[in-house]
Amino acid sequence: MTTLDTIRSEIGADGRAGSSRRARLARLARRLPPGLALSWLILATVFLWAIAPALFTSYNPVEGVGGAQLKRPDALHLLGTDALGRDLYARIVYGAVHSLTGAFVAVGLGLIVGTTLGVIAGSVGRRLDDAIMRIVDVLLSIPPLLLSLSIIILLGFGTVNAAIAVGLTSVAGFARLARSEVVRVRRSDYVEAAFGSGGTFRAVLWRHVLPNSLTSVIAIAALHFGSAVLQISTLGFLGYGAPPPTPEWGLLIAEGRNYISTAWWLTTAPGFVVVLVVLAANRVSQSFGKVTS
Amino acid sequence: MTSRYLFNRIGQALLVLWAAFTVSFVLLQAMPGDAILIKFQNPDLGLTPQQIAEIRAAYAADSPLWLQYVQTIGNFLSGNFGYSVQAGVPVSASLAAHLPVTLKLAAIGFLTAAILAVAIAFLSSLAPFAWLRSAIQSVPSLFISIPTFWLGIMLIQIFSFRLKLVPVINPGPWQEFILPVATLAVPISAPLAQVLVRNIDAVLTQPFITVARAKGATQGRVLWRHVAKNALLPTLTIAGVLFGELIAGAVVTETVFGLNGIGGLTERAVGTQDVAVLQAIVVLSAAAFVAINLIVDLLYPVLDPRLRTRSGATA
Repeated sequence: MTTLDTIRSEIGADGRAGSSRRARLARLARRLPPGLALSWLILATVFLWAIAPALFTSYNPVEGVGGAQLKRPDALHLLGTDALGRDLYARIVYGAVHSLTGAFVAVGLGLIVGTTLGVIAGSVGRRLDDAIMRIVDVLLSIPPLLLSLSIIILLGFGTVNAAIAVGLTSVAGFARLARSEVVRVRRSDYVEAAFGSGGTFRAVLWRHVLPNSLTSVIAIAALHFGSAVLQISTLGFLGYGAPPPTPEWGLLIAEGRNYISTAWWLTTAPGFVVVLVVLAANRVSQSFGKVTS
Repeated sequence: MTSRYLFNRIGQALLVLWAAFTVSFVLLQAMPGDAILIKFQNPDLGLTPQQIAEIRAAYAADSPLWLQYVQTIGNFLSGNFGYSVQAGVPVSASLAAHLPVTLKLAAIGFLTAAILAVAIAFLSSLAPFAWLRSAIQSVPSLFISIPTFWLGIMLIQIFSFRLKLVPVINPGPWQEFILPVATLAVPISAPLAQVLVRNIDAVLTQPFITVARAKGATQGRVLWRHVAKNALLPTLTIAGVLFGELIAGAVVTETVFGLNGIGGLTERAVGTQDVAVLQAIVVLSAAAFVAINLIVDLLYPVLDPRLRTRSGATA
């Protein structure tokens, strides 16, 4: 947030500044295209929603106000109210924490399990490599949503279970990527030199192979974050995530669906928020990709 | 392509399929939750513990796991997917009853998606201005970011309730498919369009395109006569991914629009913990996925002569 603000104020001062300063600012502006800046702004806002929702709204997300049912969006209720008189904007703000923690758990799980499998497969090689990569093939052969549903049947409904279900579908992708990166780095000269100068297997893996393999893994993690938000909202919509009255975004849309002919704002607003967050996450991940390549 | 390669490739596919079956068995059948108890322990049914024990024996719910595993493999191989505990009918009958709706939805949806993707890809390379080109090229990433279920609801809201173009109550046999097909086509067209755009860009840098241009071909003619064939072929490689999108799209779309197909069946099976139904759907989709990838692998050298000569040279 703060860096964005300083950049913006510096750009604002651009007209009065000297030419050398202008050149530097132009470079800065080029480095941060407006779409990317907006994406960071959206993500930062949503993270703040998750951390301190009370700063953004004074309404209660769970308890409704009598007599204020199904109000259209106006100055008092920015995005209108639902059938119980609850402020929709407040519900979306308070819902951020559910969607974001869900996405973090999912990506974290996929990242840790997948990368561990991939690094083991890539660095140990031979039999174990074959075995792990066959398991990955199997995970890839089951359509992701069906795999999530199978895990949900096993674990039961709930925010964390939905997040685990989504996270396990990304294990295969992370494992493949991490393995190919490790194999690529392993063949490079400096890793061979590290082995040649007496480095143990574990030390070389930790000091050279891991740090150099992880950059592209992180870029993909940002991409998976967007799709995890999407998948978690889908599971929430189907009713397998957090139970009502949790204001999880997918559940908000599912509840708003009952008033589709009278209260258009109930389904429209939460959906737009999901789309914006996913677009922003994808844009940010793209910029990571450019840096690494 | 030698017969040995063919044999290896089919063996690999069968191995993956067997492993996928095992994964689904471990996830779904070896688990502690119990669909039989959920349905029959309901006090309204007034069943005695003995009767429940008889039902459990009929479903072979208490035999040792390895025996269940062997029996289930045998049953699946002979086309017997067990009984749906909730509906009380064989799973295969249930699947057969629900399949036509999904097949129709998937076929029209996929066709629409393909047309949409080709339109996006070709329009973007025909676009006269850079800003228009990048605007069209960002459509797929927008499509990927839209939750499918939300898209369906928005389409109902706009076209059925605002514009009143598609009736909600008692739609005709084709009318009821218009909005679901549109909903399903969007998430499928996105990856297809992305691959197409990338392929077209790659083909446009090839020397034979320069030759065609030098002979005076217009951009449109270059695209249709020289690029199209070469850019369409590699999309086959993402057929498996598209199949996964199709399944996920079908579950969500059928739930939103209340269509009674495989997707709706899946959604209800999860809600009622009807494990046999979900397992059959998982295993059959894995089989379809493996088959699609096998066919693409085997078909690709046939369609692209360049690969054929390369394999011929190494063999």
